[in-house]
Amino acid sequence: MAANLDQIFILLRDWLVGFLPAALRPATGVVLGVIAIVCVFPGLFALTTVFERKGLGRIQNRIGPNRVGPFGLFQPVADGIKSLTKEDVVPLSANAAVHFLAPLVLVVAVFMEFAVLPIGRNMVLVDMDAGLLFFFAMGAATELSVFMAGWSSRNKYSLLGAMRAVAQMISYEVVLLLSSVAVVMISGSLSLPKIVAAQDQFTNGFPHWYIFTPWGLAGFLIYAIAATAETNRSPFDLPEGESELVAGYHTEYSGFKFALFFLGEYLAMFSISGLGTTLFLGGWSAPFSFLTWVPSWIWFFGKVMLSIFVFIWLRGTLPRLRQDQLMNFAWKFVLPFTLLNLMVTALWRFMGEGWQRWVVCTVILVAAYVVMGRLEMRREHFGPRSYRYAE
Amino acid sequence: MSPIFYLLAALTLAGGLATVLLKHLVHAALAVTIAFAGLALLFLQLDAQFAGFAQILVYIGAVAILIVFAILLTHGADLPKEGVFSKTWLVGLIIAAGVFAVLGWAVLASVSAVPQQNTMPAVTVHDIGNALVGRYVLPLEIVALLLTAATIGAVIVAMHEKERPR
Repeated sequence: MAANLDQIFILLRDWLVGFLPAALRPATGVVLGVIAIVCVFPGLFALTTVFERKGLGRIQNRIGPNRVGPFGLFQPVADGIKSLTKEDVVPLSANAAVHFLAPLVLVVAVFMEFAVLPIGRNMVLVDMDAGLLFFFAMGAATELSVFMAGWSSRNKYSLLGAMRAVAQMISYEVVLLLSSVAVVMISGSLSLPKIVAAQDQFTNGFPHWYIFTPWGLAGFLIYAIAATAETNRSPFDLPEGESELVAGYHTEYSGFKFALFFLGEYLAMFSISGLGTTLFLGGWSAPFSFLTWVPSWIWFFGKVMLSIFVFIWLRGTLPRLRQDQLMNFAWKFVLPFTLLNLMVTALWRFMGEGWQRWVVCTVILVAAYVVMGRLEMRREHFGPRSYRYAE
Repeated sequence: MSPIFYLLAALTLAGGLATVLLKHLVHAALAVTIAFAGLALLFLQLDAQFAGFAQILVYIGAVAILIVFAILLTHGADLPKEGVFSKTWLVGLIIAAGVFAVLGWAVLASVSAVPQQNTMPAVTVHDIGNALVGRYVLPLEIVALLLTAATIGAVIVAMHEKERPR
């Protein structure tokens, strides 16, 4: 029974495909998988918008949306109808073709990322040998769409926002890639299902997730920072800084095109949380050996939604960074630390089993963190801020 | 030669032609991205996953962005009044044809030089990794050193010059 429930979507797909002639079955199976992804994640997006507005409301000591439906649950439906019926304004001097293509490129590229994520046991659309590389390749394509949106709008705020976004995404993409390389070094594979399978083992009831190792914890924290920056979420939401840039690169978008940008941003959050879950948090594997009877996809979505909650929590808690702080943090602190983490991972790999490697790796990482932090803080000079143009 | 190959080849060529023929520099940069994507898809069609994804990651994710940044930072995005087509296009055409002839000759000659295999070799990412840090580790390290030197050079060029007391 539990095994059937675990594989229920696979069985459902096979049952549906069984009605067709044998020649059409493989292609139809893939199409059904695509339909499932295209339906499930935007549905999750709709729920997350309510969740986020409610959560932010609670953090800011107000109620949040509560007018449409019970507890405001139908708010996304109202928002969707509103964005569909709004006038689609394209600025007169905008570059119409590029302006039209930018949101499409973003959403298509982000949807492609879900193709390689293992959502549950045997539940991956394309089991690629180089799945991780595919994920990052698709992520790289979103940067271009952000630039297209900012440039084609012919608006200085849009262009500034796009330049900020692209510079930020390039800086943190390096970190994102390097922090995942540590996982590849240990698991010896770029295929995401294999990485999950390597973590789906238990010792004394506890799982072999990579976050429970010194290098894995450091790698996960770096990954989380880079993922927040990569999805332009607070505290790294400078590209959309309302007080400075109106709304950044999507200032000149309205109606459904704006909704597509909104969708793309949230889908990117889901996919990057899904990848973080797969790499460090054991993907669809259960947190304790006595919980393995719970279907694997519940664990995956539970972990992803937990990450989304942390994103919302951070947004409600932290103030926005300044551009120079953002860049200094990426290049002077996070990147060197990530490179060190790679070295530590190699050390972990070659020290063999035993307690020594736990001590050595932890000591190196903590010492490096403390020393680098102290050195950076010494360089900072605290005092009254001077405003170059405002005095 | 499947119909997919012809579709991808047409896409790549169209991207390349658009790059040369479009008047606006940013449009040209976006068109060259299409050509890069077409090339990546051709690699994928040949079952070379690693090369295809690396092509997307490096060329679309980095090189295209670099080109775009260079265009915007040098104010090259404005259209020049005298037109964008060079007067020495004939020379350019001859050089391009020459390069194409040499490349074409090299590719055609390699067919007879390399022993033909009837079965397609199954190269996994694992094999590529092993080859890179095994047999080809020296070239890899040299490239890494070169790139590091280039990065340091770029930082030095971009660094603020300190005001020296005269």
